[in-house]
Amino acid sequence: MQAPDQVARVPAWIDGEGGARILTDAPARGACSLAYGRGRSYGDSCLNSDGELIDTRALDRFVSFDRDSGWLTAEPGVTLAAILRLIVPAGWFLPVSPGTSHATLGGAIANDVHGKNHHADGSFGRFVERFVLLRSSGQRLVCSADENTELFRATIGGLGLTGLVTQATVRLLPIRSDRMDVRIDRFQGLDAFMALAAERRDTHRYTVAWLDCAASGKAFARGVFLAANHARGDGPLEPAPPGSRLAIPFALPSRLLNRHTIRAFNSVYFARHRPLEGREIEQHYQGFFYPLDAIDRWNRIYGTRGFHQYQFVVPPGQEAALGSILQRIVRSGMGSFLAVLKEFGDLPSPGLLSFPRPGLCLALDFADRGALTETLIRALDDEVRRAGGAAYPAKDRLMTAEAFRAYFPAVDRFARHVDPRFSSDFWRRVHG
Amino acid sequence: MAERTSVILGATSALGQAVARELAARGEALVLIARDAERLSVVAADLGARGATVSSRTCDFDQLIEHAGLIDSIGEADDYWLFYGTLPDQAACERDWEATAAALHTNFTSAASLLTRIANRLEPRGWGSIVVVSSVAGDRGRGSNYVYGAAKGALSLFCQGLRMRLSKHGVQVVTIKPGFIDTPMTAAIEKKPAPLWATPERVAQDMVRARDKGADVRYTPWFWQPIMLIIKSVPERIFKRLSL
Repeated sequence: MQAPDQVARVPAWIDGEGGARILTDAPARGACSLAYGRGRSYGDSCLNSDGELIDTRALDRFVSFDRDSGWLTAEPGVTLAAILRLIVPAGWFLPVSPGTSHATLGGAIANDVHGKNHHADGSFGRFVERFVLLRSSGQRLVCSADENTELFRATIGGLGLTGLVTQATVRLLPIRSDRMDVRIDRFQGLDAFMALAAERRDTHRYTVAWLDCAASGKAFARGVFLAANHARGDGPLEPAPPGSRLAIPFALPSRLLNRHTIRAFNSVYFARHRPLEGREIEQHYQGFFYPLDAIDRWNRIYGTRGFHQYQFVVPPGQEAALGSILQRIVRSGMGSFLAVLKEFGDLPSPGLLSFPRPGLCLALDFADRGALTETLIRALDDEVRRAGGAAYPAKDRLMTAEAFRAYFPAVDRFARHVDPRFSSDFWRRVHG
Repeated sequence: MAERTSVILGATSALGQAVARELAARGEALVLIARDAERLSVVAADLGARGATVSSRTCDFDQLIEHAGLIDSIGEADDYWLFYGTLPDQAACERDWEATAAALHTNFTSAASLLTRIANRLEPRGWGSIVVVSSVAGDRGRGSNYVYGAAKGALSLFCQGLRMRLSKHGVQVVTIKPGFIDTPMTAAIEKKPAPLWATPERVAQDMVRARDKGADVRYTPWFWQPIMLIIKSVPERIFKRLSL
């Protein structure tokens, strides 16, 4: 996405003393800095209206790729799609895939992104071997689990606030085919979801469920459960071609999405999976991991008003709280399509401010209806807090300072490592 | 089968990198040339990681005296791509002849010097292509950008003549006229109207296609051809009053 109407600098190089000037000179311009990748965070954690954005799109070079060992080093502006185009033909895959391949490597680190394999592999930060961090002092620090450890841990999931990552090394996952073996099940109710999640946990690297948040009564908490593995046999190793097949040409009328159309969409989606129930299908990785990438600017279906995304996790044992939150969403009639339910595992991330943690995680969109939507999200926030859970900063625009502190108890330890000349709209809101 | 080899003059520019990636994806070998050794090694590493066969040389293109040695040092190559250039600050050029002279030197004189040497090498050999990045700014002088426009206009004319000379010897000369490209070089310019701004990747694809098709002059993206046709046809007495 285009950088929003904010002061954006687009350095071609950040090498040497000259390259560092983009940060070291910022105070002279009276500005604070924040790295900006492709703007795929839904909230304001990637915005900096009081300062400057460092647009990393030209910092998109690979530094090295070891085809034998599966180590990749690249600059922060490389997109995950570009990485996949390079590594898939060589038999490697991203160790963790978020919901879009348009995100950048820098963004994947800054948000410590997670994917459908969280229960098996944990978050992206677990596969970051090392990176070089440029600070506004002009210092370049190599950070890893053994070197500048605290800064390493602060930067993973650190929302871009600790400085500018100039290059990072990640460990890739070997694959033998670009295909996924996907097992499809439908379920009715959270208990059935839990049972499926427990059953598939050890047999499938990737699990995720689509949840109907419009259905009430007997259909409450129904959904489609997907469990997948990379195909085990040798197969084709073709990356997805660049570009999208479809595009939403303009913002659609906001009234198009209402409780009736969403209910209808969800019913069709649920019904469409009936013939696939209990079956295993083969699918290219692109369709499995990044279905929405096929539709360019899909956000326009929400009209010019846009939407909020809300994602949260509640700890194990708090399934009842999740049920009550879900009831509230259904009652509000504002539930969207494409609500995604996922069981997180207990593999710890090195990130101090990392969002993923053991429990059940639900993500959904709400068309922006102003105060109505804000009230709902604040009520959800209260319930999430009471349940001892957390909401995801990458998808948030409403989190209060109080809530932030409750969700991320390591915040004080983290704040010590924030670069004094870095900030964001999100950070000013939650930390002042 | 022997690899096709391209020489990239100005390999650290955004467009040079985009074309080099496009060529690397097609399995072509690359000779990268740029002034800054450290940046050149970063670009070479990127293309190497993408699987390309890469060699590199440094050259300060402004030093015309380096040109002969540079071209001699490059082994047999099929295609030569000329990217380097500067986008001068028009206001500074108006105040200061030195700034104007520097812009003309880099964008035209240096390019003409290199093209002469490349042409003299390819003419007797009788095959290959030379792809030169000029600009739509060279199609007509405008008050807001005439120093850059004059250098690129002269470059377009130079290439036009060179094409006539070399086409008789089986060597093609392709003049590329990009419109606005969204690169770090143009970062300070407001990107409006948005549909007129193209990505370096898009322009790079057009450039490689133009070489493959043996095009003479290629506007990129294509819509700049009709736009410039209109701009060139406005009578001067009206044109001079516009703020362009």
